[in-house]
Amino acid sequence: MGKTIVEKIFQAHTSEKVKPDKIVEARVDLAFANDITAPLAIEDFKKMGAKRLFDPEKVALIPDHFTPNKDIKSAEQAKLMKEFAREQGVKHYFEVGRGGIEHVLLHEEGLTLPGDIIIGADSHSCTYGALGCFSTGVGSTDLAAAWALGKLWFKIPRTIKLIYNGKLKKWVGGKDIILFTIGQIGVDGARYRAMEFSGEIIRDLPMDDRFTICNMAIEAGGKCGIIEPDDKTVEYLEGRAKRKYKIFKSDPDAEYEKVYEWNLSDLEPQVALPHSPANVKSVGEISRVKIDQVVIGSCTNGRLRDLAIAAEILKDKKVHPDVRLIIIPGTQKVYMEALKSGYIEIFIESGAVVSTPTCGPCLGGHMGVLAKGEVCVSTTNRNFIGRMGHKESKVYLASPAVAAASAIAGEIVHPEEVMKS
Amino acid sequence: MIKGKAWKFGDNIDTDIIIPAIYLNTTDPKELAKHCFEPIYPNFESNIRKGDIVVAGKNFGCGSSRQHAPIAIKACGISCVIASSFARIFFRNSINIGLPILECEEAPKGIENGDELEVDLEKGIIRNLTKGTEFRAEPLPEFVLEIVSAGGLVNYVRKKLGGD
Repeated sequence: MGKTIVEKIFQAHTSEKVKPDKIVEARVDLAFANDITAPLAIEDFKKMGAKRLFDPEKVALIPDHFTPNKDIKSAEQAKLMKEFAREQGVKHYFEVGRGGIEHVLLHEEGLTLPGDIIIGADSHSCTYGALGCFSTGVGSTDLAAAWALGKLWFKIPRTIKLIYNGKLKKWVGGKDIILFTIGQIGVDGARYRAMEFSGEIIRDLPMDDRFTICNMAIEAGGKCGIIEPDDKTVEYLEGRAKRKYKIFKSDPDAEYEKVYEWNLSDLEPQVALPHSPANVKSVGEISRVKIDQVVIGSCTNGRLRDLAIAAEILKDKKVHPDVRLIIIPGTQKVYMEALKSGYIEIFIESGAVVSTPTCGPCLGGHMGVLAKGEVCVSTTNRNFIGRMGHKESKVYLASPAVAAASAIAGEIVHPEEVMKS
Repeated sequence: MIKGKAWKFGDNIDTDIIIPAIYLNTTDPKELAKHCFEPIYPNFESNIRKGDIVVAGKNFGCGSSRQHAPIAIKACGISCVIASSFARIFFRNSINIGLPILECEEAPKGIENGDELEVDLEKGIIRNLTKGTEFRAEPLPEFVLEIVSAGGLVNYVRKKLGGD
């Protein structure tokens, strides 16, 4: 019986024999946290009696959630993390202005590589699976344990294979694929499972869209999302990878718990309605929804390709008078590239505001919190009750294309609606 | 043996309901407890008695990896969470911080809000004293039990590092 890519990666990180459902201790290649999860991890690290990190090169600390600091308490948390980074000699600490949103930043910096085992104290740490590594979110105590020991216990997940065939239509991309998938299998459809994304559509997708897909594996309950590395992966890593890496692929006779196969040639842009990422409809099935705010950014859709699509739609157009459009490049590098490409000028001309990289509004932190009754179209990943502010506000999840078009129309629309006028 | 009143919740209770992100600018358990379940049960902490039990449907604790979620529940005085199933990260976090959790497909269906419950954590037995029924929870994996018996992951690692 063959092995899946996830099983092979685990086997390369433990001396125990790997098989699904078995608990093994495995070495980790990167263990990181942010300004919200690091303070608890640091507290526990000290309680464990640990003095030094197992390897400061394999640790990253990223202020991104409530930064630039939104209030005094948040500032205290960010300060605590910064001091810990200094004390422990953590080179991969990314100060505001030199970093950005962790899950856009770490792969951009070449710190997450094929074949790695990566843990992050943030649920969207599953993003890096797009490079062909095992990457998952953990809590702060698990992270502290890995900081102390360099390894952590894992239950080897069974794998669900998702195969996407066909050719995507214009304005349909990674976000639509993952929203469609969550709509099909539900918010616990991949609970405790590895989600292996494959098929000709995945092979055709640029890396930025692949990150978007793996980023939201957690929204289906997935332990990780993963895509086998190919030429695009290798090209992406050229001049970027900070270490040597190893490419693993699933055997043809690997055992999958379940296989889904879809042809997405007819897929329309997808939207997740309040209050669940699984409450998904095609954009055309949604009756007129007036909106107050649009957010384009986040660890899901804050990459250069996302901003390029938004710019293509917003060029020479104006944001609807009743709408505020907030655009947040994922990192300083994305910001700079968007600036050089002329996207930022297009955004400002259209009447949008462009923010410094931050997770801010996605989790109702700052930079775009919603009032009672307000409605937002967002390229983020969760639309739970109260996620972006007041518990009576509403969030619709969509792609950058749908978000940009909706900002112009003042209601949720198909991008074609604004491009034909 | 744990005894308490059941507080019923539905399926897919997410971490933004358990503790809204706006309160994550602190790690103080007492402060977090004040806002536990706020979007759907305002003032939850002041309405429960110490030892009460949360009973929920499937996929409890889905969403964020924030450990503040089980910490807030524990700091409220909730003695244990029973659910049909748990989201993966929440499950690990609860074990790690010592919030007792029991996975049992049937129990939530046979428990109503306000029922008096008795829970034997070691044996995984849930008794509904109001209805006179009994349920058996899924046993924890052996390795996980090792962490629990060490008193949580902090103590487990402490021992491994050769501390007291």
